Amino acid sequence: MEPHGPEQKPHVPAPSLWPVGFAVGVAILLTGLVVDWWIVLLGAILAVAFGFLWVRDIGVEARAPVDEIEPETRPPGGPGAAAMPVMTAVEIERFPRSKFLEASTLGLGGLIGGLVTVPVLGFAVLPAFQSAGDPEADVGPLDAFPEGEWRIVTFLERPEQGEVSRRTAYVRYNGMLDGQPSFTTISNNCAHLGCPVQPSGPVQDDQAVVDDTSEPPVTRIPAQPAGGFACPCHGGAYDTEGNRTAGPPVRALDRFEYSIRNNRLVLGQRYSVGEVRGQGKDAIIVKYGKMTPGVHVDGPEQILYPIEAPQ
Amino acid sequence: MAVRTKSARRRQIEAAVLYPIDWLEERSGLVGGVKYFLFRKVPGDVSWAQTLGSASLTAFIVQAVTGVILAMYYTPHPDTAYESIQYITNDVTLGWLVRGMHRWGASVFIILMFLHMARVFLFGAYKYPRELNWIIGATILILGMFEGLTGYLLPYDQTGYWATIVAVNINGTAPFLGPFIAQFLTGGAEFGQDTLARFYSLHMLVAPAAIAGLILLHLYLVIRLGVTSPPWSKEAAGEVVVEPSGDGRAGLVRPGARGTGK
Repeated sequence: MEPHGPEQKPHVPAPSLWPVGFAVGVAILLTGLVVDWWIVLLGAILAVAFGFLWVRDIGVEARAPVDEIEPETRPPGGPGAAAMPVMTAVEIERFPRSKFLEASTLGLGGLIGGLVTVPVLGFAVLPAFQSAGDPEADVGPLDAFPEGEWRIVTFLERPEQGEVSRRTAYVRYNGMLDGQPSFTTISNNCAHLGCPVQPSGPVQDDQAVVDDTSEPPVTRIPAQPAGGFACPCHGGAYDTEGNRTAGPPVRALDRFEYSIRNNRLVLGQRYSVGEVRGQGKDAIIVKYGKMTPGVHVDGPEQILYPIEAPQ
Repeated sequence: MAVRTKSARRRQIEAAVLYPIDWLEERSGLVGGVKYFLFRKVPGDVSWAQTLGSASLTAFIVQAVTGVILAMYYTPHPDTAYESIQYITNDVTLGWLVRGMHRWGASVFIILMFLHMARVFLFGAYKYPRELNWIIGATILILGMFEGLTGYLLPYDQTGYWATIVAVNINGTAPFLGPFIAQFLTGGAEFGQDTLARFYSLHMLVAPAAIAGLILLHLYLVIRLGVTSPPWSKEAAGEVVVEPSGDGRAGLVRPGARGTGK
C-alpha cells in the first residue's frame, strides 16, 4: 500500500515566475488608486493576466490524465463479515437509510441554524444603516448673527444621547439675497478624515453666549477666521468658504442645510461639497449627498464610491 | 546497588496524590493528553528563539485575565466611560496595576507576535507543510491589531475619540464597500452612543473569542507538525546522526528544517 501523509509526497507546485507579475500588477493597481484611473486599469489587466497564468500553472497537475483504476468488484461482506446480512448492490441502492438520515440531519440543522442566524445577523448589521438623518437644530434668533461676522455654533444634535452628539458649525450671515437671509454654514469635520477643523484666527472664548431660548441650549462664540480653517490632525487647510487650500483633504468642507423659522436659524441635514465658486451670498456650491470624509465626490475617483451609504 | 524500598507512609502519600489524577485520566484521558503535549519530542537544537510563540500566548492570557477584571468595573456608556476609567485607576484597589498591565500588555502582545513572526520567517518555518499555520498566525496578528483599534476608544478620552473617528473614516475611504464598513463600525451614520457599546462588544467578546479559537488551531498544528530546527542545524542537515527514539511516534510528521523529511 502506498504510504499516506504529506511528508512522503509533497504536493508543491513547480517554481513559477507568474506570481511576480501578479504582484507587480497589484502594486501598479494600488498606485493607480492614488495617481490616476488609467493606471488602475493597467494594473488590473496585468494582475488578471498574470493571475490567470499562475492559476493555470498550478492546475497543470490537476488536469493531467488520471490513471485508470479498476473498479471494486468484491461483493459486500466477505470473510469476517459473515454475521452481516448479505445485501446485493441493488438493495443497498434502494434503502439508503443512512443517506436519508444524513441528509435530513444536515437539512434540518441547516434550516434551524438559518432561522436563528438570519434575524441575529440582521439585528447586528441593519440598525447601523437605518437612520433618520440629521435632526434639525435651532441655533438662535437671526439678530444673534451680525452681517459678515462668524459665530462658532455648538449644539446637541440628539439631546437624548448627551454630549457625544455635540456638533459644531461655523456660521456667517451674508446679508439678504433676493429678499431671503443668506448664511454660510460650514461643518467642522475635516473632509480628510473627520478631525475638528479650527478657525485660523482669533476666537473670543470669553464672549461665548449660551442661549437657552433654544432647546437644547446652543453656544455661540465669536471668531475671526481670517485665514480660513485648518485641521490639527494632518494639516488640512481651507479658505473661509471651505475650499481646500492645502494638505490632504480631497474636497471642500461639508455644510449644513438651513432654514429660517420664526426669525430663527435652523440647521438641518449635512451635505458634502465638491467645491465652492464665488464668495458669501453669491457663492455657487457644488452639492452632493453626505459622504464619508476622505472620499471623492467629484472627478474620476468618484466612481470608486458608486453607492451612497444611507444616512 | 541497594534496593530502595518505599516506606509505608510514602506509598500512602503517593496513592493519595495519584488517586484523583488516575480518576481523571481514566474518565477523560486528559492527563495523557497534557503529558503528550508537554513531553513531546522537539529537535535537539531548539533555542530561546522558539519560545516566542509561548511568550505571545502568555501575553494573550494576561490580556484576557486583566480584561475580564477590568470589565467588572468598566461601563461602556459615553457619559460614564471616562469616569469609570478614572475610578478604576484611582479608587479601585490595585486598579492602576491591572489597567496598566492591560494597557501596556497590549503593546507587549503585538511586539511578541511580530518577534515570533520574524523568527518563523527567518527560520523558514512557514514552508511546507506549515503554510496553513502561517496563515492562521497572520490572522491572529490582524485580530490582535483589531483589538488594539477597538480598545483604544474604550477610555473615551480625546485621543481615543478622535483616533477612532480617523480610523473609522480611513475604513470609509476604501473603494466601493468603504462607506458601509465605516457605517457598520460606528453603528449608524454618526459617531454616537452605539459606537462605544459596539466597540466594547467587539473588543471583549468577538475578537478575543476568535483569537482564542485560532490559537487552539495554531497549537494543534504545531503539535501535529512538530517544531522546526534552526536553518543552521547540523542535525537536520544530516551531519550529526541522532538515534531515533524507540517510542515510535507513528503519524507524527516531523520534517527537517528544510522540508527534507528526515
